[in-house]
Formats: sequence, structure tokens, C-alpha cells
Amino acid sequence: MSEFFQQIINGLSLGSIYALIALGYTMVYGILKLINFAHGEVFMMGAYSGYYLASWLGVERYQAAGRGFPLGLALVVLVLAMAASALLGVLIEALAYRPVRSAPRLTPLITAIGVSLFLQNAAMLLFTPNPRAYPPILRELRFAAGGVIVTNIKLAIFVVALALMVGLHLFVQRTWTGRAMRALSMNIDAARLMGIDVNATIRATFAIGSALAAAGGILFGLDQITINPLMGVLTGLKAFVAAVLGGIGNIPGAVVGGLLIGLAEQLTAGYLSPDYRDAITFLILVVILVLKPEGLLGVVRQEKV
Amino acid sequence: MDIATQKPRWLLRLVLSAGVLAALYAANLGVQAGFIEYVQRIILIAGINVILAVGLNLINGTTGQFSIGHAGFMAVGAYAAAFTGVKLAPHVTALLGAGTLADGVTFNLALLVGALLAAGAGVLVGLPSLRLKGDYLAIVTLGFGEIIRILFNNAQFLGAATGYFGDSPAGLPTYTSFFWVFFWVIVIVVVVRNVTFSQTGRSLIAIREDEIAAEAMAIPTTRLKVLAFTLSAATAGIAGGLFAHMQSGIRPEDFKFDKSIDMIVMIIVGGLGSISGAALGGVFVAVTLELMRDLQQYRLVLYALLLIVIMLVRPEGLLGTREISLAALRRRFRQPERP
Repeated sequence: MSEFFQQIINGLSLGSIYALIALGYTMVYGILKLINFAHGEVFMMGAYSGYYLASWLGVERYQAAGRGFPLGLALVVLVLAMAASALLGVLIEALAYRPVRSAPRLTPLITAIGVSLFLQNAAMLLFTPNPRAYPPILRELRFAAGGVIVTNIKLAIFVVALALMVGLHLFVQRTWTGRAMRALSMNIDAARLMGIDVNATIRATFAIGSALAAAGGILFGLDQITINPLMGVLTGLKAFVAAVLGGIGNIPGAVVGGLLIGLAEQLTAGYLSPDYRDAITFLILVVILVLKPEGLLGVVRQEKV
Repeated sequence: MDIATQKPRWLLRLVLSAGVLAALYAANLGVQAGFIEYVQRIILIAGINVILAVGLNLINGTTGQFSIGHAGFMAVGAYAAAFTGVKLAPHVTALLGAGTLADGVTFNLALLVGALLAAGAGVLVGLPSLRLKGDYLAIVTLGFGEIIRILFNNAQFLGAATGYFGDSPAGLPTYTSFFWVFFWVIVIVVVVRNVTFSQTGRSLIAIREDEIAAEAMAIPTTRLKVLAFTLSAATAGIAGGLFAHMQSGIRPEDFKFDKSIDMIVMIIVGGLGSISGAALGGVFVAVTLELMRDLQQYRLVLYALLLIVIMLVRPEGLLGTREISLAALRRRFRQPERP
């Protein structure tokens, strides 16, 4: 039984990382109907910017002195990495998506794949393809309760992810920009007629989604210990599946989908075989596409001519 | 056209086919005598690329759907053909005696099995995802390509990660020759061309242009999309089989995501929806890959930039949906003569 709870805890912390990334997919899809293939690479870049920021702030010195990295500095790393990724997201949107926004849907999809490939390979040239050990910006503490081991890192992942999601919810529901985003996802042309600055709102969407992905990247690095330039491919795909599972375009759906994918993955790895942990995600995708393509929390939208 | 000219068409076609085969055979001898092995290899790769590009173009260009996991179908075809070839060869030799005839029969049967299995995989992947919008297909094919590679990586009877080299220590038999590659190039180009310019092809184009309108015109969109996808997967399977018999063995990493990207570059360079464009794109990729051999690590960066720039500057690809054909060339050269 304790093993089961252990898997649940691991699944929830992994799932909250997927949820953070899935939010970026779902927000962009909700507005532009575009699968932002480069989102997984923004997540990877976020992880790397956290890596370099932490070593710039002297994480090795603290480690050598046997002291933990101060919590305040860890937060600085998180916030700065999020800001850097937000900038990257906005840049990608301006260079690769805005010029083709009115083109057929296939065109931005191809540029998105191009950007994703470009970032992957640029990262391999810049950072070398070798995996890197993630700096311990949180020193691991273990708590054992009834045979279940909980580390402070898993707890921190859960808390940070939860805080960001609540923050996003408040932002989308309570601010003018959030209201503009919701309006855009209903109807871009009508929103423009109502005086909403469409470009600025889309820019804000990319900035927020990319910042969340960067937070996910740092948490992922802490959780999985190593990072590499191709980490965004599979994780990004799983997060996308999470978004589809929850109902793409639906913000609470992305959170639910992320947690479910994380749980499914951990339980498969724990009880079936670790070989199938990646396959289960795609199985879920195919099943959901066949049975309920609008996702768990999505609404069926009739297409109009 | 009156009946008199229509009647002997089958005869004309028979003579034409025999002529093409003879020309291929002569060209085969010429290529083998005239070029060093290195150049021959590039020519073979170019031919295989043409098959891949023309096949993928049917789904990505003509039908307007988007597969980014075609390397997976190629892998299915390659492994199935290699395995079938190895197991079938002794039986065919026992029946026909060792020689070119037995090799040809074994090879083509193996290729057909590869195509059939790849087509089956295509139906399996296409049915759930093609009921929906094209971008879901992109994700599913991407996942499929990865899963296939993981499966071959773990399949012990196919050599797992070290690759499949057949039963003999010499590795897989190298059946693939100029003759067979271009025989299949011609077969596939003719089939895809006939499909594209048939009623089915017009329906596929209608789906690309406006799926809802196509459905309103009573076009069975899902069925046709799955059909195009299956045919496209089968051609990738043939290409995989030809590829497998070009060297002594195949490894799962020959069919990585990079391979799918190569295919997409082929059709985007050539023009989405143009058969001749796709063929040119296939040759382009074969040649540039050779030229960039020393710059391996920059290749994908350059390809990625090429994809983005082409999409921004000329989203329909270099040729667009235009075809290079004799008739078009004749028209082009005749026009200036007119006052």
C-alpha cells in the first residue's frame, strides 16, 4: 500500500510539471488554434536558463561550503528564468507566427516545427548534447511517513505549480488582459471590433505560457536531476497530450489532464514496466481521440461555415 | 477522341511499358559501368527520396493533412521487407534455382510485404486521428514514429538496438539496384499521378481547400483521408524496403525523427501538392545531405531555418502546386513566338 501512495505522490509532482507546460499549449491553442510545437523547446530553454542563472549566482560555492542555496536566491533564479523565457516566447511569436497568422493553418504549424527544430539544434551546439547535472538550488530533505518518502523537492514542485496555477486563474478571470484573452479565444474578429489590442493580447499569452513552461523546466530539472537539449521533445508531447486530454483550449482542463498523465505514467512505470511509461501517454491520446475528442472538460463546438 | 484511335491504346501501353523497362535496364548497365560506387549510392538514395517525397506529398500536399512521423512507416516497411526477404530467399531459390530471377522475385515479394504492413500501420494510425482536424494527425504520427522506433529497439528477433542484419554473417543481401529503385519510382509516380488526377484526387484537393465544403458536397472525407494516408504509408514502406536492401543492415536509429524532417523538407522545397516538385525536392535533399556531410551538426539547424524562411516567404513551396510536364514546357517555349 505504501508503494501505491509513493507512486501517487511521484505522479502528482510529475503531473504538476506537465500541467504547467500544458497551460501554455492550451492558452495558445485556445486563441490561435495553433499547436505551438516550439513550446517544449521553450521549456528546455527555461531549464537551461535556470541552470546558468544558478551557477552565475554561485550555487557551486554554496555547495562547496556545504550550505544550501538560499531560498531567496532560488526564487530569483525562478523569476529571472521565467522572464527570459517569456521574452523568448514573445520573440518566437513575433518572428515565426505573426507573419503567417492569416495563412492556412498548415503554414504556422510548419514554422512551429521549424522553430522547435532550430531551438533543439541550436541548444545542442550551444550547450553540447551531453546531459548536465542540475544544480541543487534546493537541498534535498526527506520526510518519511508510514513508509512513504516525501522529499521537500516534490513538495516544492507541487506548491510552486499550484501557486502559479492559482495565479494564472486569477489573472485570466480578474484582469483586463485576462478578459481580453478569453474574448480572443471566443472570436478574434469580434474582439478586435470591441477595441481589444489583438497583437498585444497574443503577445501576453505567449509571455505567460512561456514563463510557466520555464518554471516547469526548473522544477523538472530539480526533479529529474539532469537536463539535456532534447528534454523538451517528449515532455512537450506529453504536456500536449495532457492539454488534449483535459480539453484543448480549456485552462482547468490542462491542469486536470497534466495530473492524470503524470499519475498514469508513474503507475505504469511502477506496476507494469518502465519501458511502457512513454507509450502509455500516446495510448491515452489515441483513446481520447476516438472516444471523446473534445477532451474531459472541453465543450463540443459545432463548426460553422 | 474517336473509337479508332482509342482501340489500340492497351497495345500502345504495353509497348511503352516494355520500352521503359528496356530503357531502365540499359540505364542500369550504364550507371553501373559509368559511375563509381559512391556516386551510384547517391543516385540510389535520390531515387528512394523521390519515392518518399512523392508518397508523403499525397497526404501533406494534396490532401492538406500533416504527417510528421513518416519515418515510422518507412521503418515498418524496411524491417518487414528485410525479415521477409531473409526468410523467403531459401524457398524461392529452391523453387527457381539461384540467380537473378530468384533474387528479383524474393526482393519484390519482400517489398510488397513491407508495403502491406506499412499500409496496415497507416490504417491503424490514420483511423482515429483522421476523423479530426489535421493537426491532431501531426501529433499522433509524431508519437507513432517514436513508438515504432522504441518497439524495434526492444524487438529481440529483429536485433533490437544493434539492428537487423539477417541470418547470414554477410548481413542483408544487397538486392537494391538502379533498375529496381527506378522501376519502383516509375510505378509509384504513375500510381500517385493517376490518383491525383482522378476524381478521388479532386476530392482530396477539395478536402485540402475546405473540408467542411467538401463534406457538404457529399465527399466521404474521412474515408478518403484514410485512403490517401494508407497509400502514402505504403509508398514509405516500399522506400523502406529499398533502403534496407541497399546496405548490410538496418538500425532503429536510421528512422529517427530527423528522417521524417528530411522528408518534410523534400516536399516543402519542391512545393506542397506538386508531384514533380516533390521529386525534385527528394533529389535536392539527397544531394545537399552529401554536400553537408562534414557539417552534420549544422544540418538540422540549416534545415530548420530553411523551413521557416520558405514558409514566411513562399508558403506554397518553390513550385507550388504547378507541375513540370512536357506539355507545360512546350506551352512556355511556344508563347514568345506569338505576336
